[in-house]
Amino acid sequence: MLTASSLSIGYKTPLASNLDLELRPAELACLIGPNGVGKSTLLRTLAGMEKPLAGAVWLDGGNLHLMPSLELAKRLAVVLTGRVDAGNLSAWALVSLGRHPYTDWLGRLTVRDEAAIERAMRLTDTLVFAERPIHELSDGERQRVMIARALAQILPDSPLPPGEGLGGRAKAQLPISNYQPSNVPTFQRSNVLLLDEPTAFLDLPRRVDMLQLLKRLARETGCAILLSTHDLDLALRIADRLWLLASSGNLTTGIPEELALNGAVARLFQSEGVDFDHASGAFKVHQTVCGPISLHGDKDGVTAAWTWRALERIGYEVHDNGIRRPVHVDVMDPGRWRLTTPHGQSEHATLESLLAALQQ
Amino acid sequence: MPRPPLRPWLFFALLLLLLLAFALSLTLGSVEIPLEQVAHILLGGEPDKASWADILFKFRLPKAITAVLVGAALSTAGLQMQTLFRNPLADPFILGVSSGASLGVALVILGIGAGGALTFIAGLGVFGDFTLAIAASLGAGMVLGAVLLLSRRVQNTLTLLVVGLMFGYLASAVVTLLIYFSQPERVLVFSLWTAGSFGGVTWSQMRVFAPAALLGLLLGFVMMKPLNALLLGDDYARSLGLNVRRARFWIIVSASLLAGVSTAFCGPIWFIGVAVPHVARSLLNSADHRALLPASMLMGAAFALIADVIAQSPGSQHTLPLNVVMSLFGVPIILWVILRQKQLRQSFAS
Repeated sequence: MLTASSLSIGYKTPLASNLDLELRPAELACLIGPNGVGKSTLLRTLAGMEKPLAGAVWLDGGNLHLMPSLELAKRLAVVLTGRVDAGNLSAWALVSLGRHPYTDWLGRLTVRDEAAIERAMRLTDTLVFAERPIHELSDGERQRVMIARALAQILPDSPLPPGEGLGGRAKAQLPISNYQPSNVPTFQRSNVLLLDEPTAFLDLPRRVDMLQLLKRLARETGCAILLSTHDLDLALRIADRLWLLASSGNLTTGIPEELALNGAVARLFQSEGVDFDHASGAFKVHQTVCGPISLHGDKDGVTAAWTWRALERIGYEVHDNGIRRPVHVDVMDPGRWRLTTPHGQSEHATLESLLAALQQ
Repeated sequence: MPRPPLRPWLFFALLLLLLLAFALSLTLGSVEIPLEQVAHILLGGEPDKASWADILFKFRLPKAITAVLVGAALSTAGLQMQTLFRNPLADPFILGVSSGASLGVALVILGIGAGGALTFIAGLGVFGDFTLAIAASLGAGMVLGAVLLLSRRVQNTLTLLVVGLMFGYLASAVVTLLIYFSQPERVLVFSLWTAGSFGGVTWSQMRVFAPAALLGLLLGFVMMKPLNALLLGDDYARSLGLNVRRARFWIIVSASLLAGVSTAFCGPIWFIGVAVPHVARSLLNSADHRALLPASMLMGAAFALIADVIAQSPGSQHTLPLNVVMSLFGVPIILWVILRQKQLRQSFAS
């Protein structure tokens, strides 16, 4: 388990202080916060790439910053922000770089290394383009390859696959394993994966895929996974735990629904001038300029919900508590709306015509 | 398992090319010695013409060995610098090693007080033929020492690059100043040194040159794995457990040793170090240094031998400056190889 106590992060002046945190095995945690608040610095500090200004980070009870770097590399891997461009490397070769802590001085891969590479690529569904050069891959595919690389670095050895598929040369090398057992028994060792904005370059479906993949990986491999992201919506839906880092340097952690309910999420973004709606779990992005309107109709929830959003978008304050306002919309059937105003009634077959009537 | 193809035949072909080039460089020159005579002489037989044994042992053999070592050395150093700085234009001299060597040599040739070029050249005899090599080594060593000291302290690799460039400019400025105030005869001697030549290494020099070059190459092999880890940048390398500063230090030691001894004994040779690693990448279609490094060594050695054969302009008494030959004949070949490959840009991280 990765923990930190009274941790201060930053360069010379602290960005955040007195952080107490805990990253649990098999859980997906999302680190959320405004830009410049120190998300990357926190990740880099937890990864051992920056020294803490105060406090300490502990991995399985050992001080992470004092651990031998090869020992740490076998337990903690990172996927950094930004595109990776490594030229002629194939996806397979890139993933194989993750075996660096295990190979001999020439970097030769043993059967165990190849099995780990294959397992990491299978887990991330990247085996299909193993032989393609990474500059030919899409952003999403490349990001998955980077995750496979990180997994190949930290996943504990699984039992070797049965003899088939291993060449004669590979078999001959079998007894020579460069895997050095750590002094912590394998079953107690945590494996930690830290990702800095892994969804930054991706479109929406890819982002959903990415988070679902990471969640599945956490479950299947027992890795503790922490990623920073700007996708609050997705994080609220998929993460096992949210870490909210505010500009004040305060870190609040908890399960997403709890943090939404107790207003922690709203507070985080209020200071940034954005309102978060507890009820819908989404940001309020529209200002009301047109006064109240009442909405009725529950033939199917979907039509009413989208009508609500349309009305909000053009600036109405929408109510559906049963009290009729002077301006009122009834959803009759999907695809039929009735608008009642002090000037009379009209029926509409599309949302566009409904909004046009309201805007007159 | 989808391993990348290893192409052992390619290494075999390169080795064959190297042997062929080596044989050519022993046969061809101002006097042509038939190949079977070369083999005969090397195996200790009596040559048809007595002068052939002399030509072979005193000139061609040390020259060919020098070319092989320098070719391999500069290709290795170029590959190391290109990966370390993630820059396709990096060459073995990017950290100012050759500028330092030039400065050392310029100080000896141009800077020694009054007196004609003749007394100077006579003076060389007194010092032994090591004078220029020692001067170049001292100059290169000084720049190298400064860069290495910095590399221990500087976090960012790019800072080193800029510092190296600045040292280079500084050294060039002093050299230009020396040239400006020197007699034309001495400037000529200096410019001959800058033209580059494999022919100046005698057997006694070889005892210093060859071990130093081999040591650098050996160190290059040791640093192959760290170079691979550095492919994704310093941060990833660190997260893989690599001590980046230490790796960088030894990579620079290896590259500078290789570039330094080459320059000290053969003058600054520009072309090989930039071009050969690109050709290796292109041919192997790989970024794995475990393949690139040996391939670059073989290719660089063969290229140096062939360039030298051309520079001797076989059958004539003229010799062309080595750097001229390399650029004139090398540039078209290498442009052709590299332009065939669409993704030079992608060979490097931005």
